[in-house]
Amino acid sequence: MFRGIMMRLSQAVPVLLIFSVMVFMLMHLLPGDPALAIAGPDASPEAVQKIREQLGLDRPLIVQLLEWFSHLAVGNFGESLTLKQSVISAVGERLPVTLSLSFVSLVVTLPIGIGLGVVAAYWRNSWIDAWVMVLALLGVSLPGFWVGILSVLYFSVQLGWFPPSGYVPLTEGGVGPWLASLIQPAVVLALFQIGFLARITRSAMLDVLDQDFIRTARAKGVDEWTTISKHAFRNTLIPVVTVLGITLSLLVGGSVVIEQVFALPGIGRLIVQGILNRDYPLVQGTMLLFGFAFVVINILVDIIYTIVDPRVRYG
Amino acid sequence: MAEATILASGEAIAARRRFRVLRKLLHHRSFMAGFIIVAVMVIAALCAPLTGVDPNQMRVRLRFRPPSEVNWFGTDQFGRDLFTRTLYGAQLSLWIGLAVAVLSGVVGAAIGVLSAQFRRLDSLLMRIMDALMAAPAILLAIGLGAALGPQTHSVIIALAVAYIPRTARIVRASALVTRELEFIEAARVSGASSMRIMFKHLLPNASGPLLVQSTFVFAFAILAEAALSFIGIGPPPPAPSWGNIIAEGRQFAVQSWWIMLFPGFAISLAALGMNLLGDGLRDVLDPRLKVES
Repeated sequence: MFRGIMMRLSQAVPVLLIFSVMVFMLMHLLPGDPALAIAGPDASPEAVQKIREQLGLDRPLIVQLLEWFSHLAVGNFGESLTLKQSVISAVGERLPVTLSLSFVSLVVTLPIGIGLGVVAAYWRNSWIDAWVMVLALLGVSLPGFWVGILSVLYFSVQLGWFPPSGYVPLTEGGVGPWLASLIQPAVVLALFQIGFLARITRSAMLDVLDQDFIRTARAKGVDEWTTISKHAFRNTLIPVVTVLGITLSLLVGGSVVIEQVFALPGIGRLIVQGILNRDYPLVQGTMLLFGFAFVVINILVDIIYTIVDPRVRYG
Repeated sequence: MAEATILASGEAIAARRRFRVLRKLLHHRSFMAGFIIVAVMVIAALCAPLTGVDPNQMRVRLRFRPPSEVNWFGTDQFGRDLFTRTLYGAQLSLWIGLAVAVLSGVVGAAIGVLSAQFRRLDSLLMRIMDALMAAPAILLAIGLGAALGPQTHSVIIALAVAYIPRTARIVRASALVTRELEFIEAARVSGASSMRIMFKHLLPNASGPLLVQSTFVFAFAILAEAALSFIGIGPPPPAPSWGNIIAEGRQFAVQSWWIMLFPGFAISLAALGMNLLGDGLRDVLDPRLKVES
């Protein structure tokens, strides 16, 4: 198992290298001159040129790339042009918001998504199955940002149950206000994941229920609950764990958009503002941190996989 | 003569198989539901000019009109007719969805069969695909879209690039299985070139999963395009993209709820239709993933 993990880690190195080069190239494609953006529209050409030199933008691309790498090697992800702070500290400030949102959303998603999938598979082709599948289909078809706006109109403006926007840190108001500020965006975000997970779980469970060992378990008189919870459900979890990485990726991707709707000061907002302000060290650094995080998450998912499925460990 | 007979019967079998697939699709409930939804939307999009109204024409005196017999979906803050704008939005969204599905399908398929056929290319291509998948697809698309500038074709390229790795992996997986079958060995022994093996054998055998995946990419692309437009990285206003209409209508949502309501329904319906279509295709074309018993 240790060797397996080391192999996964060694595969991750070229992936991260390629990803960093891609992010670097991407940001140098951005239209508009960051020096011009910083200097403002009234600045003289000399002033713009001076800023360009200060930022090192006048040097060849390859030199900039190598310099960037040498900074990355010592954990320096760059300085934001507009926020007057380092990318790491800018991300660090906003990370708790995005993590909280993703966490609450995941807590909503996992039991409901997996539960619905299991229920639908168990009562396959019944009206329960039909309804669950319609709901799951709606979940993956409704645009989250639109549902978010409608939800604010109804639950915040009309009923006044939740704050329409903003974030209350856990350390400031305690669990109640924190959860109140997150529950609406988290549930909206969860709709897609629930639909996605319910569909995957259902088809995985259907596969398992058709296996001989389920028939054997029933034939030898194992009670239905044990058959489902021990024999069927555990095997259903294997394909479900494989998509956990995708689920997290969808979750964070979705939160980028949802943060705009609910004005949550998270990483998604940071990136979008960075793009609109042409603050490319910020966008570059943030994207890179995202990439690193997901490579690590995917390795962790692989490790969980070996725990859930012993065949992988010995195979 | 004998060869001709064999060929003819081979074609007949292929034709019969196609016919059987078609019949299965026609009897598949979710495929037909999706097909009807998508067909109606395509027709509606094509009929947009029939309303006889310019989607960008502003009539200040007709601002914020709620839905009525004249303006079925109401009017927006500039007095533009929202029914017309939503129809033109369908043109834009369906075009972007189709272009993204085709582009990511073609490039993804090429990468997929290339890495299955040439094992040396495989690890390089797959590491590049892994790198593209390192960040969430929507985030990659936001970055690319911003880098390429706010235009329709940059949205198409950005979304296609974001979905290429997934398609490539699916085609590669299918081609790797096909590759081990005996008829590929027979083809190789009889002197078929790598090109011929890739495009005559590996690719056609991956066409089922490829088509299914492309249908889902179509649905994702419609949702993602709307999200990009909403953030401000889509086709620039006054383009009547559904995401744009929702973004513009949002600030007036409390009084004029209808501005953002209908385009949202349109997005949901289009994505729902494509998802239903994809479910049906998957059940019929990709028996390994078949979930109905």
